[in-house]
Amino acid sequence: MSTSQVSSVNTADNTGGSILRYTFSERIHHWLGALFYIYCLITGLAFWSPYMYWLAALVGGGPTARFWHPWFGLAFTLSMFWMYKMWLPDLLTTDADRRWSRAMKYYVENEDEKVPPEGRFNYGQKLFFWLMFYGVILLVISGIGLWFVESIPWSLHWLAYLAVTVHVIAALATIAGFIIHVYMSTAMVRGSFTAMVEGKVSTAWARTHHRLWYEQVTKGTSSEK
Amino acid sequence: MSQATLAIRRISGHPGPAPGEDVERDELVCKLVDTTTCIGCKACEVACLEWNGYTFTDTVFDNTYQTMPETTWNYWNLIKFNEHEREDGTVTLLMRKDQCMHCADPGCLAACPADGAIVQYTNGIVDFQQENCIGCGYCVSGCPFDIPKFNPETKKMFKCTLCVDRVSEGLEPACIKSCPTGCLHFGTKEDMKDLAETRAKQLRENYGIEKAGVYDPAGVNGTGVIYVLHDVTNPEAYGGLPKNPHVPWVVRFWKGPAKWIGNLAMLGGIVGVTLHYLRFGPKEVDAEKHENGGQP
Repeated sequence: MSTSQVSSVNTADNTGGSILRYTFSERIHHWLGALFYIYCLITGLAFWSPYMYWLAALVGGGPTARFWHPWFGLAFTLSMFWMYKMWLPDLLTTDADRRWSRAMKYYVENEDEKVPPEGRFNYGQKLFFWLMFYGVILLVISGIGLWFVESIPWSLHWLAYLAVTVHVIAALATIAGFIIHVYMSTAMVRGSFTAMVEGKVSTAWARTHHRLWYEQVTKGTSSEK
Repeated sequence: MSQATLAIRRISGHPGPAPGEDVERDELVCKLVDTTTCIGCKACEVACLEWNGYTFTDTVFDNTYQTMPETTWNYWNLIKFNEHEREDGTVTLLMRKDQCMHCADPGCLAACPADGAIVQYTNGIVDFQQENCIGCGYCVSGCPFDIPKFNPETKKMFKCTLCVDRVSEGLEPACIKSCPTGCLHFGTKEDMKDLAETRAKQLRENYGIEKAGVYDPAGVNGTGVIYVLHDVTNPEAYGGLPKNPHVPWVVRFWKGPAKWIGNLAMLGGIVGVTLHYLRFGPKEVDAEKHENGGQP
């Protein structure tokens, strides 16, 4: 995957000062996932707290929200698995990640000169992906229990309690990741949001934030991580 | 019971306290079911359907005299038949009228997320308001008695209303009205408790049924439907009546501390990233050209 990515970047888009970071297909799948997740977030928060129940009104009221929440959840699950298929080669932990993770403190505090170079995705981005990936697996399994709670035999009623617990914990964990993801991709790492909308980043951006990936796509030879 | 008893005491999924929740309550209503004089005629089942406007649905034969295995969204009142072997080896048929217990501490209401979908009146009746119900089924997780049932067509939950429409007009519930043996009684909680205790005492002293007693479980702060049982130490024998019902601790935690821990964590996340931005700001892009393959 990453090799074909590199060549397509080199032949088509590595012109002037910008590099193709996300293909059209990657952008579409990212934003579909975002749509499904945000729908589930809004409706889920409405069911979570009476003080946020008004959020259901934004998407057509409580019964409508309750009807669609599981379906959007399923759609998000599919979307997550699609991203898994699409990005897996770029998401495996590398030696660069291990070096990067030891310097994460400097990354957080913007002392980027002390941060070792990273590939297409840095370790933090990979952690976010795996958080959402395992999160959605827990959410969909527990969600099916909540969806069809009346079909759970009375003797197995503890399954309903387990489903509630797992659903809440997994949802809160993904919300933590979601807050950080939105913050970093809009405010903290400028250019990320544009990259996910228009697909391109400047060469300087690529060199600064993803040096190994930059070298890979500009040289065309894989200086394997 | 007067209209005054229909002031709302608790509202599910409602931000803030219900207006007037601390007003001293007047009279709780209560249904007494004396299982020792029930003959299993099912008149109450029919009366319930008639009053509430449901037609008779298909019965499900389950090797007992029972109409169907459990109550359904449009069948709120079911006599549960249970063969029970006594200590001396003889067999008896235990019959218990199963319906919503109208808990003083209703688990369904605690679990419900929809503003106003479940209310508890001052008279103790726990009532589903289908116009506010979103059909999520959280009440199923909250109920210790397996009572709320889902109508797949309207996607709303239903259960016994204790005939709140009759009670509010000063009538007794339809099931009480139909009972031919007088095993069903209706009145204030205090009166029904008295009557039940008197009956249990009579069973113990005059009939030698030593374990006879009243089922009014403390785990849910008592119920609006109480039973006289031949053996109060073994309510499970009466078709799965739980010995110590209570609102599941998972539901309590989920709707209590978990809510605030979760909300604080979410708020903390937002505050956290804001502080990070104010302290460290955005990352700088190194604009300088490095033509030597990116080495700085």
